[in-house]
Amino acid sequence: MSKRNRPPKWMDWIIEFYCHPDLLEDLQGDLHEYYSRNTPKGQLKADFIFFLDVLKFCRPYTIQKPKILGQMTFFNLLTNYLKTSVRNLSRNKLFTGINIVGLSVAMSIGILMITYIGQLLSFDGFHDNKERIYKVYSRYTDLEDGTKMDLASTSVYIGDKLKEECPGIAESLLMTGGWAQDDFTFGEKTLSLDGYNSSDAFFDVFSIDLISGSPETALVEPYSIVLTETSAKKFFNDENPVGKTLKSGEDSYQITGLMQDPPPNTHLGEFDMLISFSTLRIKEKDNKKLNDWNYIWSFHTYVLLDQNTTIESVQAFVDQLASKENDGEKYQAINHYFKNISDVTPGKGENNNLSGVYVNWEDVNKLIVLTIVILISSCFNYTNLSIARSLRRAKEVGIRKVVGAKYSQVFSQFIFEAILISLLSLLFAFGLYLLIKPGFEQEVIDSEGVKLFFTPSFVPYLLLFAVLIGVVAGIAPAMVLSKLKAISILGDLTKVKLFKGMTLRKVLVVFQFAVSMILIISSTISYRQYVFSINHDMGFRTENILNVSIYGTGVDYKMVRTEFEKIPEVKGVGTCMMIPGTRSMYGGEIKYNGDSIDIFMNKVDGAYLEIHDIEYLTGGGFNLTRKDSIGYVVIDEKIREKLGFKTPEEAIGEIVEYGSSGWKLEVSGVMDGYEYTDLQNPLNPTALIQNYDERVYHINLLLESADMISTMDKLESAWRSVDEVHPFKAEFYDVQVQDSYAEYKTMFGLFLFLASLAILISTLGLLGIAVFTMETRIKEISIRKVLGATEGNLIALLTKSFIVILSISAAIAIPASYFLFDRYVLVDFRERISLGFFEFAPGIVVILLIAILTVTWQTLKAASTNPSEMLRNE
Amino acid sequence: MKGTNLGEFEEVVLLTIASLMEEAYSVNIVDEIAKVTGRKTKLGVVHAVLNRLEKKGLIASELGEPTKERGGRRKRFFSISHAGKVALWKSKEQRDRLWGNIPELVFKGIG
Repeated sequence: MSKRNRPPKWMDWIIEFYCHPDLLEDLQGDLHEYYSRNTPKGQLKADFIFFLDVLKFCRPYTIQKPKILGQMTFFNLLTNYLKTSVRNLSRNKLFTGINIVGLSVAMSIGILMITYIGQLLSFDGFHDNKERIYKVYSRYTDLEDGTKMDLASTSVYIGDKLKEECPGIAESLLMTGGWAQDDFTFGEKTLSLDGYNSSDAFFDVFSIDLISGSPETALVEPYSIVLTETSAKKFFNDENPVGKTLKSGEDSYQITGLMQDPPPNTHLGEFDMLISFSTLRIKEKDNKKLNDWNYIWSFHTYVLLDQNTTIESVQAFVDQLASKENDGEKYQAINHYFKNISDVTPGKGENNNLSGVYVNWEDVNKLIVLTIVILISSCFNYTNLSIARSLRRAKEVGIRKVVGAKYSQVFSQFIFEAILISLLSLLFAFGLYLLIKPGFEQEVIDSEGVKLFFTPSFVPYLLLFAVLIGVVAGIAPAMVLSKLKAISILGDLTKVKLFKGMTLRKVLVVFQFAVSMILIISSTISYRQYVFSINHDMGFRTENILNVSIYGTGVDYKMVRTEFEKIPEVKGVGTCMMIPGTRSMYGGEIKYNGDSIDIFMNKVDGAYLEIHDIEYLTGGGFNLTRKDSIGYVVIDEKIREKLGFKTPEEAIGEIVEYGSSGWKLEVSGVMDGYEYTDLQNPLNPTALIQNYDERVYHINLLLESADMISTMDKLESAWRSVDEVHPFKAEFYDVQVQDSYAEYKTMFGLFLFLASLAILISTLGLLGIAVFTMETRIKEISIRKVLGATEGNLIALLTKSFIVILSISAAIAIPASYFLFDRYVLVDFRERISLGFFEFAPGIVVILLIAILTVTWQTLKAASTNPSEMLRNE
Repeated sequence: MKGTNLGEFEEVVLLTIASLMEEAYSVNIVDEIAKVTGRKTKLGVVHAVLNRLEKKGLIASELGEPTKERGGRRKRFFSISHAGKVALWKSKEQRDRLWGNIPELVFKGIG
């Protein structure tokens, strides 16, 4: 080991870091003197003593004060930067304008995302005990094919077990949304209220307060109802409703409480009332499945843990329970797991959520990615234009360097300028945000039930956001400019290699246009798939069929049917239980020869089959010739195969048993290609079962009318003649089908919107670059013109490089979007459009046209100037 | 009034500076105190006191020439200012007066 005779450098750094400069030299010198005195004792020991001394000298009087003087100079510099920046920005109005428009357009989406995410993160954060509130989830495993499904719903069974047997649980809460909606009457007033059946722990678990009534007992007794402020106001104005009685059909409910309206940021969503869970237990007392382990589809369980219980111990309890209950099951296994209440929404795509207020992180992430892409694209505008124009600022940088500016100072000056631009853009962006917010709420996140609220607490985040955007946009130009050497700038400017940035700039432009192209191609493809989806053959007729909903009205459908039949434009009247193809489903079970299979079903009458033009392979509708109690059923090919019939003909006339009741049905027809759900699901085994009055929820009318509006009026007055209370709810079948594909329409709209922003941003950037190029090459153009170049020649010359850039963008965008849709987006669809010329060409052509027009406009301007004007001063 | 009277260690340091004349810098002061009084003092303590005395205006300092054993760093030499001299003198006077009041009987048998 070589002797160094001086302490390690890093120890010196420590003392240099903290020590006041006035004392440093002397103190450090003393310590070094001691060090050399100590070296005979061994270097290690000397090092150690030195180190201790360094630490010991860190005293109040040795520590240097913050450099106030340094800050003062920084402040002075800042005002100088501000001045030069403002001058520079106002001198180049076009470029400033381009930058601000581009940035603010993109930043408005950024603000949208910030408020959206802020709102999502606040979900269910208001509960006082939120750390201890957990929601129980169910995982359903199909043991035959191994598929798993995560459900937010649970059985009543697990809720009761947790309450009764699991140690460490303070409260267990059972809720359900499926049963509670109904009409309630007080005196003359009848209102339809929606809400939850909830057990008595509601007010212990959630921090939504009861204004009047007792939180402990309000939801204990059967037929107790708690109203929210809003719904109470509708009935009683400002009177206290507690103690009054509401009528609903045969039942009367005692109002036992008045509660706050639920806040907007809870996964409980909006509701009007709570009814005690014990009511449901009484009403469903004949439902033998209600307390089954595997009846996990409708109920929601929450637990409030004791102060010192961990969720792991509760998890262990349910795991043990599950292994006991699942034992011996051949077809399915059910497990339960827990999520803290603040993780319920945004969630991970669970099914059967309590309310419509549900956000999937996956969707949020997609939006975030799209936003970031647009933001980066707009930052690139600034980057590109600033680098392109850096020659103009080079002299300034040179002078600054000569006067003594360091690299870091010039660097921070240009970053500062970029931040200034982005703060300015933030103001405009906020205005734009207010404009696009309602559209975003209605079109994009309406189905999630989330509303955006802008509060002052977002302001710091927005400022931070603007600073970040400024840094991202300004970092490349700041680096290019601050690297310049004073001597070379102030010497011979022509030798300065400013155009090193050329390739970078081209890459950025290629990125911007590729993004624009991918977005516009995406919107084209989503639109075409949407149109394809709503027009494809579902295996039955949907045109001119009007579905009238009588669900929940209590109207005798036969009376309405008779009224409807009197109207001449009505060519057929059918009835059914549910409307297939609109994402509602109803499951059942069919047995034949001892085999039992799960099916999807609808209960319909014979006329329903006729007016829907069901396509039969063989057989037909219900012929109603039987005199016994056996009904009829039309099955599809999937059921036929599963039941083991070799041909459709073989199935006709066979008797199958339906459901747990074992009702016998004769197969009267076999249909093919009947689409029970939608294009994103496989064809399901579907049976159309003869309906015997008991479940008529919709009346289907086949209309033939030249004047739909007057026909609708006639239908509505026919409805009024039977039911005066409930509104006439009717919708055309094809419109209902369209609605079920609405998310693709939304996706199309979103892509189109983002694509137009991206095109706007990239075109602005292109315009800036084109203007700049023409400015710098105007002399060259003039000389060429003098030497005899035609305008056509010049345009070809000047647009050539832009065309190359655009072609490269297209060459990236087309395969990228093809891959994206072919592999990821369209894979959900059973039938889908093929991706060909017409999916890609329109978007690309539109962008190319816009870009070429922009460039040609500038080129033409340059090419048509009189060369003598440009050259005479030389 | 605080600060007019010297602390005991302050007085020692001041006296040492006075006795060292031109050679009074921190390391030397520590060594001298050790030599004369036999007290092992820490550099940090002396340094703090020097800093305090300089703030009170009792001593002044200037930087000398760089030396090799200090890694090329300059020494800070201290000298007593007029105020310092006055303070020392006052302190000695106080003690002398107190000494003068003590009957000889008290110290009989010592020294």
